[in-house]
Amino acid sequence: MSEETTLTPRTEKEFEYDRKRAARGMRKQVAAFAMMILFTFVAFAAVQAGFPANFIGPVILLLAGVQVALQFYFFMHWDEKGSGTAQFFMYSAILVAFTMVLTFVTIIWWGE
Amino acid sequence: MDYNTKHTPHTWPKHPETASMEGKNKVTGFWLFLGGETVLFATLFATYLALKDRGPSGMKFSTHELFELPLAFIMTMLLLTSSLTSVYAMYHMKNFNFKAMQAWISVTVLLGLGFLGLEIYEFVEYVHKGFGFRQSAFGSSFFTLVGTHGVHVIIGLVWFILLMLRNAKRGLNLYNAPKYYLAALYWHFIDVVWVFIFTVVYLMGVM
Repeated sequence: MSEETTLTPRTEKEFEYDRKRAARGMRKQVAAFAMMILFTFVAFAAVQAGFPANFIGPVILLLAGVQVALQFYFFMHWDEKGSGTAQFFMYSAILVAFTMVLTFVTIIWWGE
Repeated sequence: MDYNTKHTPHTWPKHPETASMEGKNKVTGFWLFLGGETVLFATLFATYLALKDRGPSGMKFSTHELFELPLAFIMTMLLLTSSLTSVYAMYHMKNFNFKAMQAWISVTVLLGLGFLGLEIYEFVEYVHKGFGFRQSAFGSSFFTLVGTHGVHVIIGLVWFILLMLRNAKRGLNLYNAPKYYLAALYWHFIDVVWVFIFTVVYLMGVM
């Protein structure tokens, strides 16, 4: 396996450029983190405030969905090239997961 | 080339985790594993939703009566922050800064331990009140879902600690870069599952 890896050292300019890009990328990560914290606050505050459950339920589920998307696209690097396979696996899994939860929940509702 | 070659920041590739064929395969395989984990947790969530608040007639335990939002909030903050600190660790890994990477992973581990401690405290409280795994269908499904997540936290922590210890003297190279990267991915996934647990179990439990 080892012969498949060849590395050419970066020039000083490329190196500086990559460093700056990485630092910019890190700022993006921190911004994503700030949004996750905000969504978490909003979700807890909304439930604490005691809004009607039929309204607040879908809202906090949506907030959770967005938060998880941020986690995948930024923290787990889906915004980078070459993450197509990862996304294919995960979206397939999410489809199965969603169907499973939907099935269980509707069976229970129909039973009542 | 040899994976154990010593590098300098200049010879270090931009994506060390996928610079080798082995690394590429590991990352792909790991995402397939995470897909499987997603389905595993979906079954546990579905079971929990179906059995929540159900048990012997006259059962006094319910999500409204049991769950405490402040505790769930602190646990969420700890785990969410630990996800960011592991991002910092990977940032330094890509910049070939081994010491900073190890330091940020240590912070991640400490935050994770804090989360785990609170979860154990929570479980002990419940069992003390008489709400245990065998108390009701609700109890079984709750402890299986949240407990399986807790086990993942333990595995993630042990993984990080072993990596830090085993590579303490070796430093960073293309042999261990994918290993660190995958552990960080696993840790993010644990946080992803927790986002749904605090929303579906705790928040929707008390609203």
